[in-house]
Amino acid sequence: MSLTGLFLISFLIVHLLGNLQLLDLSVEGQEKFNAYAKFMTTFPLIKIVSYLLYFSILFHAVDGIYLAMQNRKARPERYRSWKPNRNSIWASRNMGLLGTIILVFIVLHMSQFWYVMHWGEIGTDSQGNKNLAAVVIKTYQDGSAGMIMVLLYVLSMAAIAFHLWHGFASAFQTFGLNHKRYTPAIKKLGYAFSVIVPLLYAIIPVFILMAKN
Amino acid sequence: MDLKLKIWRQANQNSKGELKDYAIKNVSADSSFLEMMDQLNEELIDKGDDPVVFDHDCREGICGMCSLHINGEPHGPENATTTCQLHMRKFKDGDTIFIEPWRARAFPVIKDLSVDRGAFDRIIEAGGYVNVNTSGNTLDANAIPVPKADADEAFNAATCIGCGACVAACPNASAMLFVSAKVSQLALLPQGKVEAKDRVLHMVNQMDLEGFGNCSNVGACAEECPKEISLENIARMNREYLGASLTSTK
Ligand code: HEM
Ligand code: SF4
Ligand code: FES
Repeated sequence: MSLTGLFLISFLIVHLLGNLQLLDLSVEGQEKFNAYAKFMTTFPLIKIVSYLLYFSILFHAVDGIYLAMQNRKARPERYRSWKPNRNSIWASRNMGLLGTIILVFIVLHMSQFWYVMHWGEIGTDSQGNKNLAAVVIKTYQDGSAGMIMVLLYVLSMAAIAFHLWHGFASAFQTFGLNHKRYTPAIKKLGYAFSVIVPLLYAIIPVFILMAKN
Repeated sequence: MDLKLKIWRQANQNSKGELKDYAIKNVSADSSFLEMMDQLNEELIDKGDDPVVFDHDCREGICGMCSLHINGEPHGPENATTTCQLHMRKFKDGDTIFIEPWRARAFPVIKDLSVDRGAFDRIIEAGGYVNVNTSGNTLDANAIPVPKADADEAFNAATCIGCGACVAACPNASAMLFVSAKVSQLALLPQGKVEAKDRVLHMVNQMDLEGFGNCSNVGACAEECPKEISLENIARMNREYLGASLTSTK
C-alpha cells in the first residue's frame, strides 16, 4: 500500500505540473498543452512509467478494498457506544471510503480524457496534434453538465486531500520510518501537500469554467 | 452518587448478548470503577440475580487483567489509566455509563464483560522470549554493556501489560501495538538480537493467524494505551519485519 501510495503521490506532482499549463487558455497556450499531451502519450520512457502507474492504481485499489473488508471482519460485533473522535481523526478511519470516491473519479476522468486521447473522436490543432485542450475546455464549459463536472472534480479533490491528510505520513510509518526529529517534519509536509496539491488541481476546472464569460 | 448503567450481558461465546439497564445508588466518588462494579454485584447477589462477570486481578494498574469499554473508550475516559485505577469522581451524579467488553474476533467473549485474550499468549509463545542459558553458568546481565538510550526505549516497550486496550480501540481490531511492544523490548537489547529475525516473523505470523485486523496507522491504540506505548514501536516492528523477510534464509 505504502509503495504504490507514494508512487501515486509522485504522479500527482507530475500530472499537476502538466495540467497547470491549461491556465493559459490562449491559442498558443492550448497548442503547447497539446504538444505536451502528445509527448506524454508517445515517448517510450513515459509509456513504461504509465503502465507502472495503471498497475499501481489497480493494485492500490484492490489491496486497499481487500484490507478494508478484512478489517471490518476483525470486529464482527460493533460497539454500541463508540467515541473514536477522542482517539483518532476521521480521515484515518475512512481511507476505504475516500479511496472508493477517488477510484470512481479516476474512472470518470480517464473515460473523459485518456480514452478520448487514445481511441476517441478528437480534432487536431494547427500543429497537427490531437486537440486535447479543446476536449478539456468543452467538458468544463458545457452548460449545466460542465458545471456538474466541475463540482464533481472539486469534491474528488477534497477526497484526495482527506486521503492524503492521513495517507502521506502513514506511508512513511508503514515503511518503518519513525524518528523523533524527522517524523514531525514529515507530518507537516504531508498536511501542506494534502491541502496545496488538490487545491491547485481544483483551481484548473474552476478557472476554465469562469473563463467562459 | 446515583448512576444508570448499560451493561453488556452475554451467557457465553455462542449466545447473543445485549445491553441491560441497571440503576445503582450511593456510589462513593472515592471508589474505583471496579469497586462500583463490586457494589452492583453484591446487590445483584442479594436479589438472587446473576452477578456481572468482569476480569480483574492486581487492581493497582500493573497486571493487565482488567478491561471494560466504558462510554465508548477502552479503560474509560481518562488517559494513561487502567480501569482498576479509574475513579468514580471522573463521573457525575445521574450519568449513564455504557459498559461493554473488548470487541474483536480474536477476543471471543467468555461471559458478559470477560473476553479470552489467549491470542496474546499464543503470540508470545511464537517468539516473544529469549533462550537464555540457565544451566549454572548464567551470565550476569550487567556484564553486557547496553547504551542508556536503548535500555530506556526497551524498558518503555516492556511496560506493556498486555491488557488488549489497543485492540479494543483500533477500528480494525489490530494487535500491532501490543506485538510491536513485545518485539521491541527484545530487539533493542543485545540479548534479543540473536533470535531477532525469527522472532518478528513468527510473532507477526501468529498475530495474523489469530484473526486480528491490519494496521492502517490510525493511532487510536497509542492514544488509549494505559501505558502510553508509542507508535515508534510499530515502525520499529515494520522495519524489523521488512528486513527479516528480505534477508531470512529460511
Ligand atoms: C490519487 C490517488 C491515490 C493516492 C495518492 C493514494 C495514496 C495513499 C497513501 C499514501 C496511503 C497510505 C499508505 C500506507 O499507510 O501504507 C493510502 C492508503 C490507502 N488507500 Fe490510497 N491513494 C490513492 C487512491 C486510492 C484508491 C483509488 C483507493 C481504493 C479504492 C485507495 C484506498 C486506500 C486505502 C483503503 C488505504 C489504507 C490502507 C492501509 O493502510 O491499510 N486509495 N493511499
Ligand atoms: S500496548 Fe498498551 S493497550 Fe496494548 S496491550 Fe500493551 S499496555 Fe495494553
Ligand atoms: S486489575 Fe491489574 S491492571 Fe487493572
